[in-house]
Amino acid sequence: MKHDLIIIGGGPAGLAAALGAREKGITDILIIERDRRLGGILNQCIHNGFGLHTFKEELTGPEYAARFISRIEEAGIPYILNTMVIDIAMSDARKIVTAMNEEQGLFTLEADAVILAMGCRERPRGALNIPGYRPAGIYSAGTAQYFVNVLGRMPGKEVVILGSGDIGLIMAKRMTIEGARVRLVAELMPYSGGLKRNIVQCLNDFDIPLKLSHTVINIHGKDRVEGVTIAEVDSKGKPVEGTEEYISCDTLLLSCGLIPENELSQQLGVELNPVTNGPFVNESLETNISGVFACGNVLHVHDLVDYVSGEATQAGYNAAKYIAGKTTGTAKYIPIRGVNGVRYTVPSSICIDNMDERLTVRFRVGAVYKNVKIVVKAADTVLMSISKKIVAPGEMEQVILLKNKLTEIENCNEIVIGVEVQND
Amino acid sequence: MTRELTCIGCPMGCTLTVEYGDGTDIKVTGNTCNIGPQYAQKEITDPRRIVTSTVRVKGGNLPVVSVKTQADIPKKLIFDCIAELSRIEIDAPVNIGDVIIENVLGTGVNIVATQNVESV
Repeated sequence: MKHDLIIIGGGPAGLAAALGAREKGITDILIIERDRRLGGILNQCIHNGFGLHTFKEELTGPEYAARFISRIEEAGIPYILNTMVIDIAMSDARKIVTAMNEEQGLFTLEADAVILAMGCRERPRGALNIPGYRPAGIYSAGTAQYFVNVLGRMPGKEVVILGSGDIGLIMAKRMTIEGARVRLVAELMPYSGGLKRNIVQCLNDFDIPLKLSHTVINIHGKDRVEGVTIAEVDSKGKPVEGTEEYISCDTLLLSCGLIPENELSQQLGVELNPVTNGPFVNESLETNISGVFACGNVLHVHDLVDYVSGEATQAGYNAAKYIAGKTTGTAKYIPIRGVNGVRYTVPSSICIDNMDERLTVRFRVGAVYKNVKIVVKAADTVLMSISKKIVAPGEMEQVILLKNKLTEIENCNEIVIGVEVQND
Repeated sequence: MTRELTCIGCPMGCTLTVEYGDGTDIKVTGNTCNIGPQYAQKEITDPRRIVTSTVRVKGGNLPVVSVKTQADIPKKLIFDCIAELSRIEIDAPVNIGDVIIENVLGTGVNIVATQNVESV
């Protein structure tokens, strides 16, 4: 079967990308989803706080997903569920997608363009090097969230959470209100990786301690977790002797970062940015492989689904442009670089001819900075300078580049975005 | 008196400085939008939260359905509200917006489903 556009993943990114492409006139679209329903991780995020930007009201995750799913149904965009894509390959300019499911077995599809929207997964215990046996009771925060919110089962009664990412904070609250005792949240870094509002409404509301610069150095118990030893860490992340403390618990939840799920992209030869673990993309959110686009958490991990939807809609628009043959393949690309504390930017290069009038560039900083300016320069011209009371790694930042400003600059061979100290 | 609050109105999480006395007049700075002062007023006088949880479902394609309070309820009632929810079991099908508990704990706020559950 041949399609104009295949979208891999039916979560928030895939759904918005499909609607974006449809809005721009692409009718032959197929969404491939591995789960038994559309909506992705939103289905288990039953807390509120979604949609303030997109819908101007506060929704829960399932409600936010349902709005997009009903738009997909209304637009009559086809999707297949319970189907795993196992390979994407190139045959000239066409993309060959190999997938499998219980009904059709192994099958291949063809597409002019592909949008990667596979999302991300949680960093597992194996990647954290915590000593101890492998007792029952160690879960990623998202797995615990699935147990509680989708299956209606509690994974434990006395909980320690390692990592203060948003899912960890949300599960601290969720487990508490369902009757568990959450002993503490330990965070290796001297700042939280989660949103400030979650510190307030998930930890402070329930008097759950957040121990910054602390980590779990041992897990006790053989068949079931019996406790953990936590310790303070120095500025290099090494445990400080004499600060060890035993905390009894039957459950350890890990909320230690999310990793974009790019195995398929790598098989295809998509170049990945080692900072984000997501593809390098240009202004069209197109990877190094022409006609292959990426959006959402497979591209870089977002804090807010609203931003995922915005980015993915754009990817849909751009894929539509590509399918209609409206992008130039040979134009000049200008790199965008993060400097002075800006760890990465998405996109990481732009072609001014192909960009829209306004281009959103998203980025993260590597540490907490107070009273600074975000400065964007092209050649030696300062394009913008935005004052910020605070910027932190846990909160994604963005700037908007204007095409008419960039075309005015002569010999623009690089755009840099950096953090600078305010002089006043 | 002066208190520092983090606004929970949206994910921006503005740091609010709230000056207040015995009366109802409060002065809020640090907010980016007008949710900030509203949140601060409530947080100082009558702190409230939206509560989200799940309710058991009989005969559905999912064992539980996610629910929320349609508006915020007093913070001190969170655990009572959860206890009310844990006592009930509803029949599938359930549709988004279905009222699961009317006027929970006399707050005037309904608990509604936030998910569709089909009958099987």
